[in-house]
Amino acid sequence: MQANPWNLIMTETAPRTLTIKILRHNPQDPESEPRFEAYEIEEAPGMTLFIALNAVRDRFEPSLQFDFVCRAGICGSCGMLINGRPGLACRTLTSKLGPEITLAPLPVFKLIGDLSVDTGAWAREMGERLKTWVHRQEQTDVDQLEERMDPDRAEEIYELDRCIECGCCIAACGTARMRKDFVGAAGINKLARFRLDPRDERSDDDFYELIGNDDGVFGCMTLLGCNDVCPKELPLQTQLAFMRRKMVAVK
Amino acid sequence: MKLVYTDVLVIGGGLAGLRTAIGVKKRGLEPIVLSLVPPKRSHSAAAQGGMQASLANSAMGSGDNEDVHFEDTVKGSDWGCDQQVARMFVHTAPKAVRELAGWGVPWNRVRQGEREAVVNAERVVISESPEAHGLITARDFGGTRKWRTCYTSDGTGHAMLFTLGDQSIADDIPVMERMEALSLIHDGNRCFGAIVRNLVTGELTAIVARATAISTGGYGRIYKVSTNGIICEGTGMALALETGVAELGNMEAVQFHPTAIVPAGILTTEGCRGDGGLLRDVDGHRFMPDYEPDKKELASRDVVSRRMTEHMRKGKGVKSPYGDHLWLDISVLGREHIEKNLREVKDICNYFLGIDPAEDWIPVRPTQHYSMGGIRTRHTGESTTLEGLFACGESACWDLHGFNRLGGNSVAETVVAGMIVSEFIADYCQSGKSEIDIPTALVREFHEREENRINALLQASGDERVTDLRREMEEIMIEKVGIFRTGPELDQAVEELQDLLKRSRNIGMSSRVAGANPELVAAYRLPKMLKIALCVALGARERTESRGAHYREDYPRRDDSSWLKRTLATWPDADAELPRLAYEDIDVMKMELPPGFRGYGTRNHLEHPDTTARQEEVERTQKRLEGADRFTLQETLMPFEQLLPERYRGRNERLEEPNSSA
Repeated sequence: MQANPWNLIMTETAPRTLTIKILRHNPQDPESEPRFEAYEIEEAPGMTLFIALNAVRDRFEPSLQFDFVCRAGICGSCGMLINGRPGLACRTLTSKLGPEITLAPLPVFKLIGDLSVDTGAWAREMGERLKTWVHRQEQTDVDQLEERMDPDRAEEIYELDRCIECGCCIAACGTARMRKDFVGAAGINKLARFRLDPRDERSDDDFYELIGNDDGVFGCMTLLGCNDVCPKELPLQTQLAFMRRKMVAVK
Repeated sequence: MKLVYTDVLVIGGGLAGLRTAIGVKKRGLEPIVLSLVPPKRSHSAAAQGGMQASLANSAMGSGDNEDVHFEDTVKGSDWGCDQQVARMFVHTAPKAVRELAGWGVPWNRVRQGEREAVVNAERVVISESPEAHGLITARDFGGTRKWRTCYTSDGTGHAMLFTLGDQSIADDIPVMERMEALSLIHDGNRCFGAIVRNLVTGELTAIVARATAISTGGYGRIYKVSTNGIICEGTGMALALETGVAELGNMEAVQFHPTAIVPAGILTTEGCRGDGGLLRDVDGHRFMPDYEPDKKELASRDVVSRRMTEHMRKGKGVKSPYGDHLWLDISVLGREHIEKNLREVKDICNYFLGIDPAEDWIPVRPTQHYSMGGIRTRHTGESTTLEGLFACGESACWDLHGFNRLGGNSVAETVVAGMIVSEFIADYCQSGKSEIDIPTALVREFHEREENRINALLQASGDERVTDLRREMEEIMIEKVGIFRTGPELDQAVEELQDLLKRSRNIGMSSRVAGANPELVAAYRLPKMLKIALCVALGARERTESRGAHYREDYPRRDDSSWLKRTLATWPDADAELPRLAYEDIDVMKMELPPGFRGYGTRNHLEHPDTTARQEEVERTQKRLEGADRFTLQETLMPFEQLLPERYRGRNERLEEPNSSA
């Protein structure tokens, strides 16, 4: 067990010099122009982009904007384009990348500044529009035994419930670039999750009202960038196809 | 001056804050939630393993109820908790799980029939009854006598937070994202809201509210390495502290989680050990049974963390460029179990360590994890000294956890406290007491003070760098106010932190942007963090005993005779360099469970003079009521039901306790 691969990662010698190229712009500042700026830092063993960006902020650019919260790949704050591909910066090890790393904010979302985008407003709007909560008439009596649920069904729901609303699927989506109101894989997956949930009383007719149009399942061009980049590896391709089939069946 | 009025201002959009806002909204009030980040990004999402509630559905939870959960919690706290609050909590926790089930949390469920599990490094077969099929199941956690921790795989916090986040959208609750409270508006007796800053534009707003609730989580980030999210800087507690009036309780009670990965400090859930994972040393030896023959890896967190550190000090740690560590071995659980029930752990190992935990051992060591201390409140969640200010969740000290929190009790506390405290906030707002009659001049005064402070910082050209001071603080805390503490080191820590606080008044800034400005944010948070750090360090220095997570090598015994009390910190003089400490006795004669041995750790405490008398009294009552049901006995020993909001007083149904008696 002493040959644990972790030891190898952590003891790698001869540190590289990394060039971090960042697309910078502050929309709050009328004089700001979007531009790339490059920063050189020395790589450390086990370094992630979270550590690298903090090093850049600390050493060169105290005003550099980016978002991290959990720095563990759980909260979805740090979606950005890493060498052109949407991903979570916090869990990306620099050792997996070349010596020159290009970072840019996620496209489609409103830019707050530098690498920070407003996925929060998008997520709230999606929740309001798609009504992403369990719809049921009956109030839970919290003193009584809970309603039973098939154990497999509970696990299936959790599988789709794992979406962290990081926005990577939207940034990777061809349709979302063309249609600003497209709900995207995150939205469709979310409704698939509630459709699966026996506690939600909505019918396919109700879901059709929400996504049975070109801003919903019928807008998807099946390019499936979403499925390629989802950091949680959600089965987005399957869910898109499944929901489209169900919505086609609605008369 | 921009001014917004609302009924309830909730500062913090994690589980506790969202549940509070939902609660007051359901009572017909208008809340506003203020959050540093989009609420679903809150640190609550990082809770993995689950929440404790004594549903007793699964075979290994059979016989569980509020009494067992209560006893585990009090022992876990090392008798530092408020036992009435612990009773309120264990009584409401099953309701919280069931409420969340109704709102959509996909709790893992009991599956009838036989299944294999790993207990004490051996494969055992557990047989689940058909009656329990489809009810909410539970896993094992440390310091508990039953399998009580309800979970959704190892993404419990995520599932709960998204459910509450979506529920708050359903209830049309406004959330002001990327907003930070800078100070509370108050007149020395009563809190009237807060001055808040937009982190994108820099604009200041005065939010005036009948009630203000703080639910901003812990202060892990005053330590160099912490499992906490980077926004957990204790600044919410500092808001209360800086009023000079509100009290903080037991700030020296800091939990270190046994299994964070090295060096990143990211948590791997206690569920790893709960599900049967083992701790191993440099020789591959499973060492915990040598120290804790009874509970082994599943003693309480304070005990396991100390035993691990002790073992590394004996030279049994694994050397690495990032210091010594030990191994967490979950390969014994098998790939299928890991990929289904510990998938976040698997992801974390894969992405941050480059290992597959089904094959390789995980490098871990104890790391700062949780703040038992916080804003001191009554059982209602209201500050003991500042009317109209409430707090709940990790940022509060009402005081459920005493000197050590059990795993699974904090996630449960967030929602339980939200349920209970929101009712008391609503009662307050619907009573005449909450009417606001402050002059706008007072609001303006607070607004101007913050404005001036920020303008001064933007011009600041002193010699000190914020990041340097902050790094020094983090080092001091981890080196001198860590798992093992000594008087001389704590003396140094207090002195050095005071020096940092002085130096923080001589900051130089390189970025003078008034809007989004990370350097400015770090600069105005620094003195707040230093004040919190000083409360922790001074509280630890003064407490000359060892209790729960607070361990003094120079005072290794728990000393009930002098220290069965809660530390209270205030900061009455804004220019002072130290908090003022006071103490609040915990009354042994009112305890349902008088102080004793926890059943793990070392048995060497000094008795409180009242303990024997109370113990005898309890035993007499037990004898007198022999044959009575457990509710009668409990009520006679320590009534608590009258403290709960009426709607949460009902008895909890279980398979073994059908709800006919209610």
